[in-house]
Amino acid sequence: MGILDNVLRKLRGLFRKKQASIGIYGPPNAGKTTLANRISRDWTGKPLGKTSDVPHETRHVKERKEIVIKAARSRINFDIVDTPGIATKIDFHNFVEDHGLDPAEARNRAKEATEGVIEAIKWLDRVDGVLLVMDSTEDPYNQVNVTLIGNLEARKLPTIIIANKTDLQGSNWGSIRDAFPDHPTVPVSALTGKGMDKLYSTMVDHFR
Amino acid sequence: MEGISIDLISNERLDELGGDKIRFIIDAVKKGKVMVLEKGLTPAEELELIRVTMSEIDHDHFIGLETPGFSGNVTKRTFLQRILGRTPSPRMMVVGPAHLLRTIKKDGRTIQAIILTRDDRVMKEELRAVLEE
Repeated sequence: MGILDNVLRKLRGLFRKKQASIGIYGPPNAGKTTLANRISRDWTGKPLGKTSDVPHETRHVKERKEIVIKAARSRINFDIVDTPGIATKIDFHNFVEDHGLDPAEARNRAKEATEGVIEAIKWLDRVDGVLLVMDSTEDPYNQVNVTLIGNLEARKLPTIIIANKTDLQGSNWGSIRDAFPDHPTVPVSALTGKGMDKLYSTMVDHFR
Repeated sequence: MEGISIDLISNERLDELGGDKIRFIIDAVKKGKVMVLEKGLTPAEELELIRVTMSEIDHDHFIGLETPGFSGNVTKRTFLQRILGRTPSPRMMVVGPAHLLRTIKKDGRTIQAIILTRDDRVMKEELRAVLEE
């Protein structure tokens, strides 16, 4: 996002009346719902959705309205939108072979997952900012990450990159920061809560 | 002749296709072709490619795309591009059927991908048959 865009966005923000929507985006199994649950629990006391080791657990968009985050004598009000993971391929065989699902259940999950990706893409038109979740144990240059970053920039949507899963061995959040240097990157373990305070202060600074 | 077709698509051909670009790519990939696009796609076109792909996955014959492309990479923007908030032009892109193409390694400068041979695919099918018994 360019400096001029940042200035214009801040000016527009001064006059914004409506409740902002912050979308949580990323590839499958990056930890989007774990992060959504962490944010929702921290500020409303209630989780948002079910998590699983099987990819594409979230197959429909879920919202938690009117979250208020307070940090450093400031605050932001927003709705959080947890979206299905965006993928370029979905093979039901993987659910059977890698996760032991029954073939019929796997086919149904794959069908719903394709619909979920389409729904997530449509929601890009409705969100005002994005938390882009990446798995810090994996190569940041996957096609979904790069395509999403390109689209968020083209739409001029304020974006914070979440380098998630820092609690896992092999985590390298610096590789994400180096791959996408134009956006703030916050290392987080949504599972343990480590790094969430830094994320909240970054959200207040960036989305306000 | 048996084999996997690799089509190298020039900038001129992509420009000629205009709004039919996505349809052209998906039709070719569904026929089992691997395509190398000289100019690649814009981020919006890439997202549209994903959207249309998802709507056409049938779970038996077409499971989606493998796209080990450089994309409109945002990692190397010039100072002027940063000031104006512009992304660089799309770069080379490879796209193929997900059951045939595998990305091995990709960074901002190099793509390494493999095309699975018939033997690889037969072995996988046989393994699946055993697992489903």
